[in-house]
Amino acid sequence: MEPIETKKQYQEYVNQKSPNSPILKNCFNSFWVGGLICAIGQLILEFCKYRNIELTLSNTIVSIILIFISAFLTGLNVFNKIGKFAGAGSLVPITGFANSIVSPAMEYKSEGYVMGVGAKMFTVAGPVLVYGISASILVGIIYLIFNTQAITLV
Amino acid sequence: MDFWGQIDWMLVLKAFIVGGLICIIGQILIDKTKLTSARILVIFVTAGAILGGLGIYQYLVDFAGAGATVPLTGFGNALAKGAIEEVQKVGFLGAFMGGVKAAAGGIAAAIFFGYLAALISKPKMKKQ
Repeated sequence: MEPIETKKQYQEYVNQKSPNSPILKNCFNSFWVGGLICAIGQLILEFCKYRNIELTLSNTIVSIILIFISAFLTGLNVFNKIGKFAGAGSLVPITGFANSIVSPAMEYKSEGYVMGVGAKMFTVAGPVLVYGISASILVGIIYLIFNTQAITLV
Repeated sequence: MDFWGQIDWMLVLKAFIVGGLICIIGQILIDKTKLTSARILVIFVTAGAILGGLGIYQYLVDFAGAGATVPLTGFGNALAKGAIEEVQKVGFLGAFMGGVKAAAGGIAAAIFFGYLAALISKPKMKKQ
């Protein structure tokens, strides 16, 4: 093999060696797994409707149940297998948020319960909350200033 | 049981399709851009909050139900919607209270169940 001298050559070498990710198959798997998770959510919503529970409350119930399931499946090392198969299909729904809390917490358990589990829980969830909450505050302030939701005005 | 007869299967199908399509967007981002999963989650939440703030996301929620609220974009939408509703009620302070208030159940559940699950889990032992 020729020696690698430049960064560009190295990149070409890496591209050549790394397996082509079969994007169509990945998309198909993430479609049906993600869709299935959302359909389960909708079934829970339908059950709440059947029991005459208010819609905002129902949405919270759906989130909590899905988070519960995915947190414990992660704890039992089952969720990671689903994640490997489904990619974004299990990452993008709220299940991925719960998974992103549990897996680093498990990994760093040996560093103790405060700086290990307690702190590392937020390695991924932290940024999500920072950007999500900040964005919501900005939305609130912008709404206060213009007193409108731009699109609904049109 | 009476419940199974009352299910709106059309809505379940819509949730399946829309939820699946949102996941495909995430999958394409993973495969084409090599973004880390943390960045993808941040992008989805922020996008949801912006679309929610503009009032666009609500159309998707009305159309697909859980197909729009279960993905993380729905989490962002809930944050933004909560902030707007609280601003309508209490004014300026509402911008700081509404978002977290609306998402409180999900955030608290994720922290609590996440902590419990980490406690009961056994770290994987590598075979020697």
